[in-house]
Amino acid sequence: MDFITNHPVLVVSLVKIALLLFIVLTALAYLTWFERKLIAHIQSRWGPTEVGAHGLLQPLADGVKFLFKEDLTPPGADQFLYILAPFLALALGLTTIALIPFGPPSLTWMGVPIFVVSNTGIGLMFVFAITSIGVYGVALAGWSSNSKYPLMGGLRSSAQMISYEVSLTLSVVGVVLLANTLNFNTMIEGQRGYYLHFIPRWNIVPQIIGFLCYFTSAVAETNRVPFDLPEAETELVAGFHTEYSSFKFAMFFMAEYANMITVSSLATILFLGGWLSPFPDSWTFMVYLPAVLLALLAIYLIYDTFVVARGIAKIQLIVITAGALAITLGCFIPVVRDAIQGPFWFCVKIGAIMFFYVWMRATLPRFRYDQLMAFGWKFLLPVALANLVITALIKVWPLLVGHG
Amino acid sequence: MSLPFIVFFVFAFIAVLGALMLIVAKEPIHSALALVLVMISLAVLYLMLGAEFIAAVQVIVYAGAIMVLFVFVIMLLNAGAEERTDWSKLAKYAGLPLGIFLLLEFAHWMFRSAIGQEIANGSLASATSVSTEEMSRMLFNQYVFPFEATSILILIAILGALVLAKRDDPQ
Repeated sequence: MDFITNHPVLVVSLVKIALLLFIVLTALAYLTWFERKLIAHIQSRWGPTEVGAHGLLQPLADGVKFLFKEDLTPPGADQFLYILAPFLALALGLTTIALIPFGPPSLTWMGVPIFVVSNTGIGLMFVFAITSIGVYGVALAGWSSNSKYPLMGGLRSSAQMISYEVSLTLSVVGVVLLANTLNFNTMIEGQRGYYLHFIPRWNIVPQIIGFLCYFTSAVAETNRVPFDLPEAETELVAGFHTEYSSFKFAMFFMAEYANMITVSSLATILFLGGWLSPFPDSWTFMVYLPAVLLALLAIYLIYDTFVVARGIAKIQLIVITAGALAITLGCFIPVVRDAIQGPFWFCVKIGAIMFFYVWMRATLPRFRYDQLMAFGWKFLLPVALANLVITALIKVWPLLVGHG
Repeated sequence: MSLPFIVFFVFAFIAVLGALMLIVAKEPIHSALALVLVMISLAVLYLMLGAEFIAAVQVIVYAGAIMVLFVFVIMLLNAGAEERTDWSKLAKYAGLPLGIFLLLEFAHWMFRSAIGQEIANGSLASATSVSTEEMSRMLFNQYVFPFEATSILILIAILGALVLAKRDDPQ
């Protein structure tokens, strides 16, 4: 007990890390479900329906399948690096999430903020530091497989990640200039308030060009459609992870989704006001929005359970419905109601960006490699630079005029 | 033993281990990765001294940019394992003792110096912790000339590399 009272930050941090890992890994699994369902519906299909009600147990089934598949290592592969690469990719993808604040820092437990694992003074720099080493996972996977397609895929993919990292970093410097800080919580607090009493004072309004540059580079950085060159199956089989099977492949897959969560969180914090509500403070009834949404979900689930579902799905749905109802009721307890406001809006914003990701995947064709490079260096980089210069000029304009 | 002390020794050990692996490893790519390990452990040590910005920049610039380039070149050239000869007799009998002597000398003078004394007293970390804001203020006021001069120097180096790589064939 002495140890706990002497090191509150350490102990609380460990608890937070464990919880966050659990939540994020579950979210990763269900993101695949979300993506498959959404793409299916966009393309007039059903998506996963067989395993569990609405295919909700499909991620679990996939996980089990990956675990029990044979784990092959190609002959001539560099054993150590071949095993290190997927671990590196997943570990770095998950580490960044420790820096993301999911809610206001005012909520504390034993004097330590609950909703962020590490609230450093320069959170943004650390996120970029960790993503900048993320390229090793891909490059090493490609090289250590000792095979042609992975090597080509790895080189191509790391070249793409390095190129787009430049415009990714440049596009957010404008926000840093506006916020005067590199700390995430201060940045979010700086976006409080409203234009004309109803448009939130988020950075996306003055930095719309920065946001578009950021989002485009982020899609390329996470190797997603339309920039999924590393996985161009017509050219490269499966790119850098061609030789990977079983759970090592799953780790690359999870790393991709972890990176998606990271860049979406970053977009939310930098441009979309983080955990701030988009509605004016005077609309106090909005605190019940999460409860109302959950209640609507519960009503739909009840309909689904007793009218539509057949057989074993019925039992599963009853459990889910009971859970939804319990959480709905929980949302009316004042403490819980106020505590979930921050994380609720944060998740809504991340969800919206994820929706965009999947929407693009279902809609857009893939770039050609030279188009990708030309777009990154000849269009995105100059635009991000121009945005930065103009932002800086506007910021120092009063000073120039005042002293000039 | 306080917690920061343990963390310091863990990462100091990793840094030294990485440096040794860098020399001993036969595959060039293993050497490059060992160097990355050294860079990252150094970044952690900077972090413990309160130099957050330097730590992040250390990772971004060295581990994330320069070493990626190294790894790239090694991958593109597909460099195989190094060929080794036996150690030269001179290195074995004179080099090793001299190296150890140099190390001890470093340790001796480090311990005798003012900074060494401060480290021994445990008063360094609190005294030198500088926030990113203070650092940038100093960089853009007091040291603005060397800062700008360095950036122009780097620009010249980039242009030079471009000119060398793009040099037209005389024919």
